[in-house]
Amino acid sequence: MQETAEARQPLLDVRGLSKSFAALRALDQVDFTLRAGEIHALLGENGAGKSTLIKVITGVLARDAGTVSLDGKEIVPRSAKEALTAGIATVYQEVNLLPNLSVAQNLYLGRQPTRFGIVRDGEMKRRAAELLAGYDLHIDVAAPLGSYSVAIQHVVAIARAVDLSARVLILDEPTASLDRHEVEMLFRTMRGLAARGIGIVFVTHFLDQVYEISDRITVLRNGRLIGERMTSALPRLDLIHMMLGRELSETTEERAVHEKSAAAPCASFTNFGKRGYIAPFDLELRHGEVVGLAGLLGSGRTETARLVFGAERADSGTASVEGKPIRLHSPRDAVQHGFGYCPEERKTDGIVAELTVRENIVLALQAKRGIAKPLSRREQDEIAARFIKLLDIRPPDPERPIGLLSGGNQQKALLARWLATEPRLLVLDEPTRGIDVGAHAEIIRLIRELCERGLALLVISSELDEIVAYSDRVVVLRDRAHVGALDEHAIGVPSILAAIAADDAARIAEEA
Amino acid sequence: MRRPSPVMITALVFVAGFVICSLQFPNFASTRVVANLLTDNAFLGVVAIGMTFVIISGGIDLSVGSVIGFSTVFVALTTEKLGLPPLLAFAILLVLCAAFGAAMGAVIHVFDMPPFIVTLAGMFLARGISFLMSTESTPITAPLYSAVSDFGIALPGGGRLTAIALIMLAVVAFGSILLHFTRFGTNVYAMGGNRTATALMGVEIGSMTVRIYMLSSVLAGLAGIVFSFYTAAGYSLSAVGVELDTIAAVVIGGTLLSGGQGTAIGTFIGVLIQGLIQTYINFDGTLSSWWTKIATGVLLFAFIALQQGMVRLAGRSRAIRAGGVT
Repeated sequence: MQETAEARQPLLDVRGLSKSFAALRALDQVDFTLRAGEIHALLGENGAGKSTLIKVITGVLARDAGTVSLDGKEIVPRSAKEALTAGIATVYQEVNLLPNLSVAQNLYLGRQPTRFGIVRDGEMKRRAAELLAGYDLHIDVAAPLGSYSVAIQHVVAIARAVDLSARVLILDEPTASLDRHEVEMLFRTMRGLAARGIGIVFVTHFLDQVYEISDRITVLRNGRLIGERMTSALPRLDLIHMMLGRELSETTEERAVHEKSAAAPCASFTNFGKRGYIAPFDLELRHGEVVGLAGLLGSGRTETARLVFGAERADSGTASVEGKPIRLHSPRDAVQHGFGYCPEERKTDGIVAELTVRENIVLALQAKRGIAKPLSRREQDEIAARFIKLLDIRPPDPERPIGLLSGGNQQKALLARWLATEPRLLVLDEPTRGIDVGAHAEIIRLIRELCERGLALLVISSELDEIVAYSDRVVVLRDRAHVGALDEHAIGVPSILAAIAADDAARIAEEA
Repeated sequence: MRRPSPVMITALVFVAGFVICSLQFPNFASTRVVANLLTDNAFLGVVAIGMTFVIISGGIDLSVGSVIGFSTVFVALTTEKLGLPPLLAFAILLVLCAAFGAAMGAVIHVFDMPPFIVTLAGMFLARGISFLMSTESTPITAPLYSAVSDFGIALPGGGRLTAIALIMLAVVAFGSILLHFTRFGTNVYAMGGNRTATALMGVEIGSMTVRIYMLSSVLAGLAGIVFSFYTAAGYSLSAVGVELDTIAAVVIGGTLLSGGQGTAIGTFIGVLIQGLIQTYINFDGTLSSWWTKIATGVLLFAFIALQQGMVRLAGRSRAIRAGGVT
C-alpha cells in the first residue's frame, strides 16, 4: 500500500507556505504533500505550526506566501466554507456539529431533500441511515446527535464532510477524548476512507496511534518543516528526535530508582466508595510517595480522584488524615485538610483564562484563608514570583493573562496554585495532557521533586510510560473498581497491562 | 428527534388545570369558555409564535409589546385620520414591521450585539414612536371592524369561534409547519444549538438572524392588528409588558430559554395556560386579577426548574447511551 501511495500524484500539494503573526514567524517556507489514499500524520510539539498550517490550508487564516494545490489546481480558499467546497474538510477535536439536532438533520443540514419547501423527513432518514451504514454505523438517525458518544459524533462529522465531496480530510486531534474502543472504531473509518482514495491528515499527540494508523509522517518544529518519512521506516526514537530537535536527556520511559525508607502515612481511605460511581476501595497515600492510578479511559481513575478530593461525596467508608478520621463531604473540607486537586480539563475546570498568572496562583490560597483574611498585594507578588521561579513558568511575567501561556506553563501555574496552599496531598489528573514533549519531561521531573520534599501525590495518567516513570506504587483500575496494586519493584508497563488484564490488556500489550 | 416530553408536561398541566376548573365551576367545561379562551388570547398566541422562533434560535425579542402598541395606533390613525382602507393600512403596517425586525436582526448580526440590548432599544423606539403619533385612545370605526367582530363560527354548546381566534389558529399551524418541517425551521434549531458550528456547516447566519427577527416583528404587527380587532381602538399604551407575558408563555410551553429546543404547539398551550388562569380568576370573582401574574410566576419558575432537571437527566442518559453503543 505504501509503494502505491508513493507512485500516486499528490492530492494536496503545499509549497513554500509562510505565515507570520506580528514578529512571530508561525510558518516558514513549509512544504507538505498529501497523496490520495494515504493517512498522513502531522506531528510537532506545541507551537510547531501544526494548527497554523491547517488553518492556512483551510482558509481560516490568510497566508503570507506560498501555494496550495488540490489535484494540481491551485486554490486560495478564503473561509472554511470555501475550502469545503473545494474539497478540503476539517473535523476538530470538539465536534462542530449540533447536539440538539438529530443525526440525520446534522448530516443534511442546509441540503435536506424537500418537496414544496417541506423537508421529506422519511427520505432524509433513509438516506442518512444508508450513508452511515457505509461506515458500519447502525444507529437511530432520528435521535439527537448529542445522545451519542463522541466517537460516533466524530464518525457522523466525517460522514457529512465526505458526503459533501471532500477528498482531503483533516482530523485535528480526533482521538483526544476517546477510549480504546472508540479509537478503533474511528481508525476503521479512516482506513475505509483511505481505501476509497481520500487523503487524510491526522494530527495527534499520541505516538502509538501514529504508528498504528499512519502511512507517512510529516514533522514540523518551530514553524519549519523538519522532514517527511514513511512511518514504517522511522523508529520511534528518531521521530522524537525530529520533534524535539535535541537529545532527550531525561527520557520518560526510564524509570528512576527512588531510594526510600518506610514513609509515614499521610491520608488513608478505607472502603471508600459511591454507588453507581466507583466501587469501594482502600487507598493509602504516604508522604514522599507518588501513587499512580492506571487504567483505561472510564475505568474510574478520575472518579477516584474526585472522591478523594470530596468533589463527589462518598456514601461508604471512612477517610483519615495523619491517622485521624476526617469528614470529607466537599472540596472545601479537602482543602482544609491540606488536599489539592489539579483537574483533567485544564481549560474548563482549572485556569481562569482572563486572570493573570499571579491571580491564578493565589486563588486557592486565598480561598483557603477565607474572605476575611485577604492576601496583601505584596504577599501575592512574593508568592507568584517564588513559584514562577521554582517551577520555571515562562514567560516569567506574573501579570500576563494565563490564557496566553502555553499548555505546559498553564499546567505549572495550576500546580503552583495548589503548592501555594502548602498541601500535604496533591491529586493530579492527567498533568501532561495536551502538553508538548519537552514540557512533559519537565512536569514529570517536577512531580518527582515535589515528592522528594515530602508531599504525597496521587497522579492519574493515560500514558503508562509516564506512570512507570514517576510512581512509587501503582493502583490499577478496571470498570470503576480498583483491581490491583503494584509496589515499587513490580512496576512496569507489562505488569500494569497484565493487571488491567482480560481482553483489553492483551490487545494493548500487543501494540505496546 | 425533538424530545416531546416538555410539551407533554405542558399539555398535562393544561388538562389538569382545565379539569380542576371544571370540577369547581359547573359551567366551565363548555365550548363557550374554550372559544373565549382562544379569542381573549389570540393576540398573545400570534406574537408568542414569533417569539418561539427567536428563543429557539438562541435570541430574545423584547420589542414585541411595543410593536403591538405601535401597530394599534398606526392602524387607528391611518384608517380614522387618513381614511385609508383597513386592508391597505394592514399591508403598510406589516411591511414597516418587517423592516423594523430586519433592522434589529441586521444590527444584532453585523455589530455582533446581544439581542437583549438591541431589542430593548427597539422596544423603547417603537413605544416612543407610538406616543409621538398619538397619546390618546383612538376608536376604530371602519366597517371592516364591525364585520370582523360580527363574524364567528357557531360551535355546538353556544361557543363562537371568532375571526381573531381563527387567525391565531392559522398562525399556530403556519408556525408549526415552518418550524418543524422546513429547512428554515431546522436552521433555527441549529443556531440555538451552536451558532459557530451552524455557520461552519454552511448556514448563512446573517440572513437567518435577519429573517428570524423579521418574522417576530411581522407576527407582532399581526398581533397588533388582532389586538385592534379585539379592542376596536388604537392606543399607545396598549400591550405594555406583553413581551414578558410572551416569553413566559414560550417558556411554559417547553422552549429552552437558552435555545435549541422547543415547539410551536407547546407555545400555543403555554398561551392557553395563562388564559386559563385568567379565566379561573374571572369565574371565581373574588380574587384580584393580579393573581394571574402570581400564578404565572409560580408556573414559570416550576417550568424552568423542570427544564434544568431534564437537561441534567438528558446528560445522564447520554452517558448511559454512550456506554451502550460502543
